[in-house]
Amino acid sequence: MKYVHPGQAGSIVSVAPRYENFIGGKWLAPTHGKYRADLTPATAKPIAEVAESTPEDVELALDAAHAAKDAWGEATATARAAVLNAIADAIEANQEMLAVAESWENGKPVRETLGADIPLVVDHFRYFAAAARSEEGSCTEIDKDTVAYHFREPLGVVGQIIPFNFPLLMAAWKLAPALAAGNCVVLKPASPTPWSILKLMEVIEDVCPPGVINVVTGPGAEIGKALAANPRIAKIAFTGETVTGRLIMQYAAQNLIPSTTELGGKSPNIFFADVMDHDDEFLDKAIEGLVLYAFNKGEVCTAPSRALIHEDIYDEFMARCLVRIAAIIQGDPLDTETMIGPQVSKQQIDKISSYVDIGRAEGAEVLIGGNRSTMEGEFATGYFYQPTVLKGDNKMRVFQEEIFGPVLAVTTFKDDEEALAIANDTLYGLGAGVWTRDGNRAYKMGRKIKAGRVWTNCYHAYPAGAAFGGYKISGVGRENHAMMLDHYSQTKNLLVSYSTKPLGFF
Amino acid sequence: MSEPVIPARITATPAARRAITALHAARGGPVMFVQSGGCCAGSTPMCFPMGEFILGDVDVLLGDIDGSPFYIDKRLDEAWHQDVFLLDVAEGEPEDFSLAAGDNLHFVTLSPACATPESSDIS
Repeated sequence: MKYVHPGQAGSIVSVAPRYENFIGGKWLAPTHGKYRADLTPATAKPIAEVAESTPEDVELALDAAHAAKDAWGEATATARAAVLNAIADAIEANQEMLAVAESWENGKPVRETLGADIPLVVDHFRYFAAAARSEEGSCTEIDKDTVAYHFREPLGVVGQIIPFNFPLLMAAWKLAPALAAGNCVVLKPASPTPWSILKLMEVIEDVCPPGVINVVTGPGAEIGKALAANPRIAKIAFTGETVTGRLIMQYAAQNLIPSTTELGGKSPNIFFADVMDHDDEFLDKAIEGLVLYAFNKGEVCTAPSRALIHEDIYDEFMARCLVRIAAIIQGDPLDTETMIGPQVSKQQIDKISSYVDIGRAEGAEVLIGGNRSTMEGEFATGYFYQPTVLKGDNKMRVFQEEIFGPVLAVTTFKDDEEALAIANDTLYGLGAGVWTRDGNRAYKMGRKIKAGRVWTNCYHAYPAGAAFGGYKISGVGRENHAMMLDHYSQTKNLLVSYSTKPLGFF
Repeated sequence: MSEPVIPARITATPAARRAITALHAARGGPVMFVQSGGCCAGSTPMCFPMGEFILGDVDVLLGDIDGSPFYIDKRLDEAWHQDVFLLDVAEGEPEDFSLAAGDNLHFVTLSPACATPESSDIS
């Protein structure tokens, strides 16, 4: 089916001409009254206007968050979990609307937002509601009259900067643990995708206490620093590129606060020869596992953007994958048949084109794609790129740098040792995939690959409860797991003596 | 004894030079560039007010464009093995914390081998 485009009569998504910041439970116009157009990449036409905020607006959001933090931080785990569950219920009740809004703003196909992004958002809030309820402190008997009690206490007000590739899911990954641990949040959406987060706030504004979540939209150079370097935040979380990642950690160091950063990857997806031992459902799954590089048009930090295929199966396996890639349906992101939509912005598609040119100049062979897609009608102005495969070797730049588009770099290996060497020959270490029918090999490879997540006989699954984060320069910290409560709290130790005897020193 | 002369590994298009001059004038001071990698806006150069980004031993100076230095992390530099970088501007807002190169423009780095004639014509 095809969803009516937001802004047209009959769409399930209502679109206001203009969206303000969400601060203290209210919609507040930006202090300087400036707005900018938010575009859909499907047509490069505006959806609505969003606030072009300035540092004053960040301060207003921090005021609201600080006003709310004591009550929220002292609320019982029961009460906080009830709010997280209410947020989840509200999102679930509006799942289809949010899926359409996010798809239209980001360009990702609605089959993905309906089937993955939004259901995962809902589950993520429920997971952290459960985590908050099941939290336990500890007490340690130091000696028979001395006890060390450990309580987890909220940090207070935290800053969160969200990427454009999963506007709602990445917001949920950061919001849910922060709220569960008792913090209030000031959140800055990515510049290309503020609107879907504002639609999310419309959905949850009645169930979220005022000031607990505050959203300020605008350019990173203006408000990103105003938030990240602000002495009134107690933690900063960021997903994005490496230089701003370093800047975030620099600001955190200057304020002596913690940070978590997730900074991308160039993830290897390794196919051992035994995947072709049988022509069965598993082989079919492995082929799809390679084609998953085109999931979310390749705009995924963990995109399996380097395929390493055993040389004995390369010809036959790749031939079958290319058939599958050729069958990818590209077009209207709001058509449930569409498998790949437009890249998020002109900046991104230009970068992708330039990388494919670099690959060609370095001698990579284009197995399929390699150009912008020519689209018809209203999508002719959209940012569509053909699913592309480049064959080459791992020293090429297209194997070393994150392209953030539907571009797969493929090479071969001769044995396990070489596969491992190629897999680890990267600056990054966020994700990896291992495909084999041999459990021992899968385990050994998984342990030796230097990456925070090794999908084994699967890829691109993001269930709450599976820790996610980077080795090497892919960032510091983890998300998506109850251990995040540690990242969003500080430990209070009460060291209590139940003895009446003096020490005797003085 | 004279200092060894190191050839600059960064050059800029006229459009990029104009943008740097305009930024300098608007901000009352020079800017600095740091080549990025990784997710989202990775692979684009980040432009900051001079001194905003604290440099480390890991950063290599590629050269200077009209008083604005350009750095790259040496690990990225080694992985990219690109001798010369060309700084240009392109349509669209910058991402993350980078300054814009003008109204609806951002800085980009090109591999001169892939630069097209029109890439330097954006003004």
